[in-house]
Amino acid sequence: MVSGLINANPVIYEKKERRVRSAPSVGDDEHAVEPIDQLELEARFVRVFIFLTFLNHIRDIKDPEHPYSLEELKVITEDAIEVDDNHSYVRVTFTPTVEHCSMATVIGLCLRVKLMRSLPQRYKVDIRVAPGTHATESAVNKQLNDKERVAAALENPNLVDMVDECLAPSYA
Amino acid sequence: EELYDGNMELKEIQTLAGHSDRVWSLAWNPATGTSNNPPVLASCSGDKTVRIWEQTPSNRLWHCKAVLEETHTRTVRSCAWSPCGKLLATASFDATTAIWENIGGDFECVSTLEGHENEVKCVSWNASGSLLATCSRDKTVWIWEVMPGNEFECVSVLQGHTQDVKMVKWHPTMDVLFSCSYDNTVKVWAEDGTGDWHCVQSLGESNKYYLSLLSGHSSTVWALAFNAEGNRMVTCSDDLTLKIWETDVGGMQSGNDLVSWNHLCTLSGYHDRTIFSVHWSSFYTSSHLNREGIIASGAADDALRFFVESKDELVDGPSYKLLLKREKAHEMDINSVQWGPGVRFV
Repeated sequence: MVSGLINANPVIYEKKERRVRSAPSVGDDEHAVEPIDQLELEARFVRVFIFLTFLNHIRDIKDPEHPYSLEELKVITEDAIEVDDNHSYVRVTFTPTVEHCSMATVIGLCLRVKLMRSLPQRYKVDIRVAPGTHATESAVNKQLNDKERVAAALENPNLVDMVDECLAPSYA
Repeated sequence: EELYDGNMELKEIQTLAGHSDRVWSLAWNPATGTSNNPPVLASCSGDKTVRIWEQTPSNRLWHCKAVLEETHTRTVRSCAWSPCGKLLATASFDATTAIWENIGGDFECVSTLEGHENEVKCVSWNASGSLLATCSRDKTVWIWEVMPGNEFECVSVLQGHTQDVKMVKWHPTMDVLFSCSYDNTVKVWAEDGTGDWHCVQSLGESNKYYLSLLSGHSSTVWALAFNAEGNRMVTCSDDLTLKIWETDVGGMQSGNDLVSWNHLCTLSGYHDRTIFSVHWSSFYTSSHLNREGIIASGAADDALRFFVESKDELVDGPSYKLLLKREKAHEMDINSVQWGPGVRFV
C-alpha cells in the first residue's frame, strides 16, 4: 500500500443515513388492515429487517487501499444485496472502483468472510462483480465462488490479516 | 451415512460427528467390508485431521477408531486407501502428501511426499498399488512410484493444465490417469512404453477444431468416476451438469493409448448449484434398469441424487434419468459421495 495505488484518487460518496428504524413503520397502521394483510405486512417487515441487517453487515467494510468504507466508495450500495431468506440465499453484487482493479478479489473475499462470520451456516452466498464493471469479470467471479480456493486463501496468514483489517470497522 | 436398500429408498443410518471443521472427502477401505472384516472408512477435514471409522459388527453402529493428527499443518483435502488397504494417502493444503500405515491397529505416518509448490488437492492409487498420483493448485500432476520400504519416487511431473487441478483418478483396470481442473478440462495421461508420461487426450479443451468443444464442460470440473467395467466415465462440474463419456475398453487393453473417450450425453437441468462429487456404484441389482450401476452426485444445494441409464430411449442413443433425489441430505454443501464396497455409501 506504500507505492502504486490501484486507484489513487477514488471518488468518495457520502454515507447514507442508517435506515434500520424505517422498518418498523411498515406496521404503523396495522389497526386498519385485515388479518391476511397483516400477515403480509409482517412478512414484509421480516424481509426489510433481514435486508437492512445484511446491508449493515457489509457496508462498513474498509477498502483495502483507502481509509474509506465500501459504501463511501460506492463499491456496494443497497441494490447490491439480494436476499431470499426462504431459500437461505444471498447474492452480493459489488462494483470495483476502476475496471482493472486488482483488489477486486480481496474486496470480494472480505464480503464473503464477513457474511460467513455473520450469517447462519445454512446460507448460500454468491459474490460477483457488477456485470461490465471489471476487465476480468468472469475470472474474478469464478475465483470468489470456488469455495476450495477461498478456504485455501483463508489459511494464508497474510491474506487473513489483510481481510481482518478491512473487516475491523464493520464490527464497530 | 445412508443405506441403499434396493427398493429405491434411502435410509439415513447414522451421522458420524467428530470433525471440528468442514469434511472435504472420504474413502472406503477396499480391503474391508467382508464377512469377518468390518467396513472401515477414512474422512478428512479442514480441521487438519483424518478420522478412521469402523462399523461395530454386533450393533452395526459406526465409531471413530483413530484420529490422524499433528502431521498436516493445513486442511486435509483428500484421502485414498491403497488397493490392499494397508496404506492411506492424505493430500493437504500444506503442499504435502502423507502416507500412513496401519501397524497393529495404530496409524503411523511412514512417508511424506513433498514437491508441489502449493495446495495438494487430490491423491489416487492405481489399481495395482504400484503408482500414486497427486495434483495441486500449482497446475501440475505428479506420478510417484511406490518403492520398497515405503519410499516414493517421483517418476513424472505432468504439465498441461492451465489452472488449479482439482482431482486425479486412475482408470479402474489400466495404468491410465485422468485429471480434471479449474481450466474446465479433463485430461487423459498415459505412459508411452519408455517411462515417459504424456497427455493423450484433453476433453473439453477450447479448440474450435474439435467436437469436444461442443460437449466439454463450461466451468470447473470437480470430479470424475468410472463404471465397474471401465468403459464409461462420469464428470461433474460447476456448470451444473454431469457428463458421461465412453471409450472402447478393448482397444485400451490391447495397448493402444490413443483410444479416445467420446462424449455420450450430458445430464443438465437436475442440479441448482455446483456439483462437487460424483461416484458410480460398482454393484449391480436385479433390476435391468440399473445393470450399469447407479451414479450418485453430491452438490452445493445440499441434495443427493441418483441417476441410472435409461433403456427407454434407445433411439437417441444412451441416456440417463434421475432415479431418486434426497433434498437436504446434509445441512450444507455435499462435498463427497462414495459408494461402499458393498451397498453402503456416505
